[in-house]
Amino acid sequence: MSSTEGYTGDFPPGGGPDGGEAEASRAPHRVIGTPPPAEQRTLLGTSESDAPPAPPRELPADPDDLAGASRAEKIVAALFILAMLAGFGFIAAYIGLPLGASLDSVLRSNLALGISMGVAFMAMGVGAVIWVRRLMPDVELTEARKPLASPPEDREAFAETFREGAETSQFVKRPILRRSLIAATVPLLLAPLVLLRDLGPLPGTKLRHTVWRKGLRLVISDTGRPIRPADFGSPGGMITVIPEGYQTNDNALVKATAIIIKFEPGELKYPTNLKWTVDNIVAYSKICTHVGCPVALYEQTTHHILCPCHQSTFDATKGATVLFGPANRPLPQLPMGVDSEGYLVALSDFKVPVGPSFWERG
Amino acid sequence: MTSTNEAPAGAAGEGPVEKVLAGTGTFLDDRLHAAKSTRTLLKKVFPDHWTFLLGEIALYSFIILLLTGTFLTLFFKPSMTSLVYHGTYSRLDGVRMSEAYASTLNISFDVRGGLLMRQIHHWAADLFMAAIMAHMIRIFFTGAYRKPRELNWLIGITLFTLGMLEGLFGYSLPDDLLSGAGLRILEGVILGIPIVGTYISFFLFGGQFPGMDIIPRLYIIHVLLIPGLLLALITAHLFLMFHQKHTQMPGKGRTDKNVVGQPLYPYFMAKTGAFFFFVFGVLALLSALAQINPVWLYGPYNPVAMSAGSQPDFYMGMLEGALRIFPNWSWNLWGHTFAWNVLIPALVPLGLLFTGAALWPFLERWITGDQREHHVNDRPRNAATRTAIGIAVITWYGIMWLEGANDVIADHFQISLYTTTEIARYAVVIGPVIAYILTKRICLGLQRKDAATLLHGYETGIIQMRPNGEYVELHAPVPEEERAVLEARTTAPLPLEAGSDDDSGVPDPALRGPVGKLRLALNRVVTESVPLPVGNGHGTNGHGNGHGGNGHGSSVAGEPERAAVTSGEDGKTLLGRDSPEDPGEH
Ligand code: HEM
Ligand code: FES
Repeated sequence: MSSTEGYTGDFPPGGGPDGGEAEASRAPHRVIGTPPPAEQRTLLGTSESDAPPAPPRELPADPDDLAGASRAEKIVAALFILAMLAGFGFIAAYIGLPLGASLDSVLRSNLALGISMGVAFMAMGVGAVIWVRRLMPDVELTEARKPLASPPEDREAFAETFREGAETSQFVKRPILRRSLIAATVPLLLAPLVLLRDLGPLPGTKLRHTVWRKGLRLVISDTGRPIRPADFGSPGGMITVIPEGYQTNDNALVKATAIIIKFEPGELKYPTNLKWTVDNIVAYSKICTHVGCPVALYEQTTHHILCPCHQSTFDATKGATVLFGPANRPLPQLPMGVDSEGYLVALSDFKVPVGPSFWERG
Repeated sequence: MTSTNEAPAGAAGEGPVEKVLAGTGTFLDDRLHAAKSTRTLLKKVFPDHWTFLLGEIALYSFIILLLTGTFLTLFFKPSMTSLVYHGTYSRLDGVRMSEAYASTLNISFDVRGGLLMRQIHHWAADLFMAAIMAHMIRIFFTGAYRKPRELNWLIGITLFTLGMLEGLFGYSLPDDLLSGAGLRILEGVILGIPIVGTYISFFLFGGQFPGMDIIPRLYIIHVLLIPGLLLALITAHLFLMFHQKHTQMPGKGRTDKNVVGQPLYPYFMAKTGAFFFFVFGVLALLSALAQINPVWLYGPYNPVAMSAGSQPDFYMGMLEGALRIFPNWSWNLWGHTFAWNVLIPALVPLGLLFTGAALWPFLERWITGDQREHHVNDRPRNAATRTAIGIAVITWYGIMWLEGANDVIADHFQISLYTTTEIARYAVVIGPVIAYILTKRICLGLQRKDAATLLHGYETGIIQMRPNGEYVELHAPVPEEERAVLEARTTAPLPLEAGSDDDSGVPDPALRGPVGKLRLALNRVVTESVPLPVGNGHGTNGHGNGHGGNGHGSSVAGEPERAAVTSGEDGKTLLGRDSPEDPGEH
């Protein structure tokens, strides 16, 4: 409130926006950056006849319970010292606990660093809260709120200024100017979009195909070994297979990964394409037709293939048709046969696109 | 800065500290002309309530994310180049992985404090989102989004959306098995978008999934683009909060025309500083004691494998649940696939949530016709319909969120996986309706109780026998503080049917057409409330710190009837209509 007065007083001589003369005569010469001498403030604050008296203080200097405050002071100081010790502890733990080759040493270091850091911060926090609560006097102030809307004069004045500016700029009056400017911005807005074109190639028909082709061997995904039907003793679990030679090609595997399951004779039923099976072994795409997770779970007793992501369930005996869940289409079956050496091979690519639906899939 | 100007005259205990302060203050003020504005700032009053801390938690988590994230960038390599690992973590020795994953292992096992920073970063991300959600819920239920704070509400919704994206992208950076599967799901969802889906996917991934580009691209979005936007929006959010001043909870002496609380300096500064330390301390302790995202256990991304029982971060759980619940509808028409089973759950629930939330303040304003500024928060019970809607939405969200973990639930409660989904399919429709009805009844019940308390005072539990043998329970008068809280409702909006949309008392022609009828119908629902006892009309609230005698009037008042409308009217004229609303509108 009275700070305006205090403020002008602090202008260096002659530095006031106006009336520098008067200021200069009042304020002793002073180098910028140094505090004004005390008398100046005395002058400004009280004895100047036109300056109002210093405002009454708004915040009490001390809390009511002084004895409690000095107790609190000790507690707060103790907490701050604890924070300091914990802070040093953090540095000590950093230096003193090297990371060895074992997971244990890593976890030990993490524990020591985290706890010392946490304790340091918590002690600071608790200390500061006690400080505010017990050492600072309790006050409650009320500040007036003015309505946010400007007074009508101000709004009108603003509108006027805006109108004037618009008029003076000729933007409103001259349609050719305005329209050509708008026309000029159109390509400038489109250009950045065009620039994004090279972010990636066009999809083409890439989503329709996988790397499977006639004669490509199925190999076990972990070991890379090709598979003979005779390797299966009896019907059993699900084996993840991939096309031979693509073990490290993630882009290919994301679509081409498949599963093979062996059944008892007669268990495989329509709509499984039996011509594409070998010795009651059937191969399906492993890519869920919902949004593309690998369908990783197989329940031998029920012959259910389950996708762990959203639990689409497919019936492995019936062409992997959907039994439950959000997937809409069966897992595509891979046409499979054996080559001259008796290994399982693909007879062709999948006949339908694998994986999630996409617009052009049809 | 202001010490030179504020030091009481003559009280120049010129210690070295004062000298330095005065020197700096003068130096700065000579250049910035800031003494007056800074003083105003320092004296700015901040109201206090524990729920006001929720936004602060979000703010401090964000700052901690900036700090820890910057540390992580010093070591993290956003590259999908494949390598064979021969590092410290021997269990993955010889495994093929991306450089991003290897550098995450390196941060965890070879950089001292690296694991701690990673875990703090991840916990802070979860805390950030949790705090934003809790903060939004607080704002909603107390009506703090009402005029003039709609802009900040919109900024808040944008922050929430960006936070979700930021978290999803950050979570994808380490390129472990789980995050890779998350990206795969993202790709699957994008592919489902009609017409442009495949193109967006190919442009985003730089070709077919996974390609070589996605991690570096997500990285720059994660460390620069979104943090920049978040920082700008958070700054705007805080600036608006400062400028419009914080809302306050109802209480004695608190009106729409004042702010009651403690000054920024030194009180709020000290409190909020303490709170920053708390948040940081809690996060550090959590990260010391509770493991989060141990990527070395999941292994690197591998398109062939997927682990069961994996869960996304909690703020994505609702999407996951929606994808699980939704039936497997899909059309094949004109050679194109309409993958409703992906599109609807991926886009509609969140779309509805965000759009609905963004429109709600404006919708409510239209329904109630309430054009006043509100600075005193509502007690949730006093806006029964709004509270009921809020609880219904939370129920709806919560059911989908739980369904996102239905495998865990099924396992835990020994019920079939499919049963949980079937139940959720019904619950997601019926649950919100039940929640709405129940909440509304509870709120109205609480209002009734408040009205009774105002009328008769508190039940003391002391039973007294009258001379005529009658037993009565003694009632204590309601203390003034509480009375002010209970009466806070005098500022609630009026039902429109009482007359019109404005003060003239003439029915508004705009209320006659079909739209007007709809508005009136909605209005009746939204303004439904139990009237306050007559006599409270001259609300202590309206007059500010007021009339002590007022209290007695109410306890002898008659039937709490529709007459309470008068009380509302009173509050309305008092508080609202004198602020210049229409003038200057062009
Ligand atoms: C609201 C803001 C942010 C959120 C929600 C967020 C979230 C995340 C999450 C969940 C992770 C995965 C952490 C893990 O478990 O490994 C992550 C990783 C990362 N974040 Fe952030 N983050 C945010 C801001 C930032 C900022 C501002 C930076 C840098 C300036 C950053 C840098 C990183 C880096 C380098 C990683 C990868 C490191 C690693 O995972 O080892 N983040 N972020
Ligand atoms: S990806 Fe398989 S159910 Fe969703």
